[in-house]
Amino acid sequence: MKPIQTKKDYQDYVDKKSPNSPILKNCFNAFWVGGLICSIGQIIFNYCKFRGMDVQLSNTIVSIILIGISAFLTGLNLFNRIGKFAGAGSLVPITGFANSIVSPAMEYKSEGYVMGVGGKMFTVAGPVLVFGISASIVVGIVYLIFNTQAITLV
Amino acid sequence: MLRCFVVGGLICIIGQILIDKTKLTPARILVIFVTTGAILGGLGIYQHIVDFAGCGATVPLTGFGNALAKGAIEEVGKSGFVGAFIGGTKAAAGGIAAAIFFGYIASLISKPKMKKQ
Repeated sequence: MKPIQTKKDYQDYVDKKSPNSPILKNCFNAFWVGGLICSIGQIIFNYCKFRGMDVQLSNTIVSIILIGISAFLTGLNLFNRIGKFAGAGSLVPITGFANSIVSPAMEYKSEGYVMGVGGKMFTVAGPVLVFGISASIVVGIVYLIFNTQAITLV
Repeated sequence: MLRCFVVGGLICIIGQILIDKTKLTPARILVIFVTTGAILGGLGIYQHIVDFAGCGATVPLTGFGNALAKGAIEEVGKSGFVGAFIGGTKAAAGGIAAAIFFGYIASLISKPKMKKQ
């Protein structure tokens, strides 16, 4: 084997040594776990609709229940096992958002309950909220400026 | 229900491909999904996916972004400029508050021996 001299050599070396992640299998697992989580959401949603709640309230309840469940599963160290198996299947649904809040919080528990848990909760979720909310403000302002039929499709 | 399953699964596959094929960290992928959802929501495209797939589109984080954008637009219609700042967070308030509350409680009851996934 030739000696590692450039960055590219090193990258090739890493690529050769690191295990090939079986993308097809990963995608399949992500697909059915993600689909399953969405279906659980749909069941809750249908029940809320059945009880006569409006769409937005039902959606909020679905989010709250799924977030609650995944937060506690993370706390019990069960979510990581699902995450290892399903990859994006458990990360992309709102369950991943809850997991991203709880995992860093648990890790920094030793730094105290205020700055440790309270502060580190948002190491991953913070950027999500920053960009999500900023984007929504931009959308709102753009809508205000171009208040046309094209956008009122929503 | 089947539509919900398939569409939700497909959105997760996109995420999985991003994880496997790029060097993006999960945090960045979450940010990309939320922002994409907000933009698609603002353009009115995402609502069509929601109509088609129900929770298959609202449960993934793109749906969270969509809810933010939709809330902002609705509130702009009601209260003008300030609505852009009120609407998004208002629409997602339940989810955010629940995430903070349950997240904190779950962290408290957990055992601190944790390995990063």
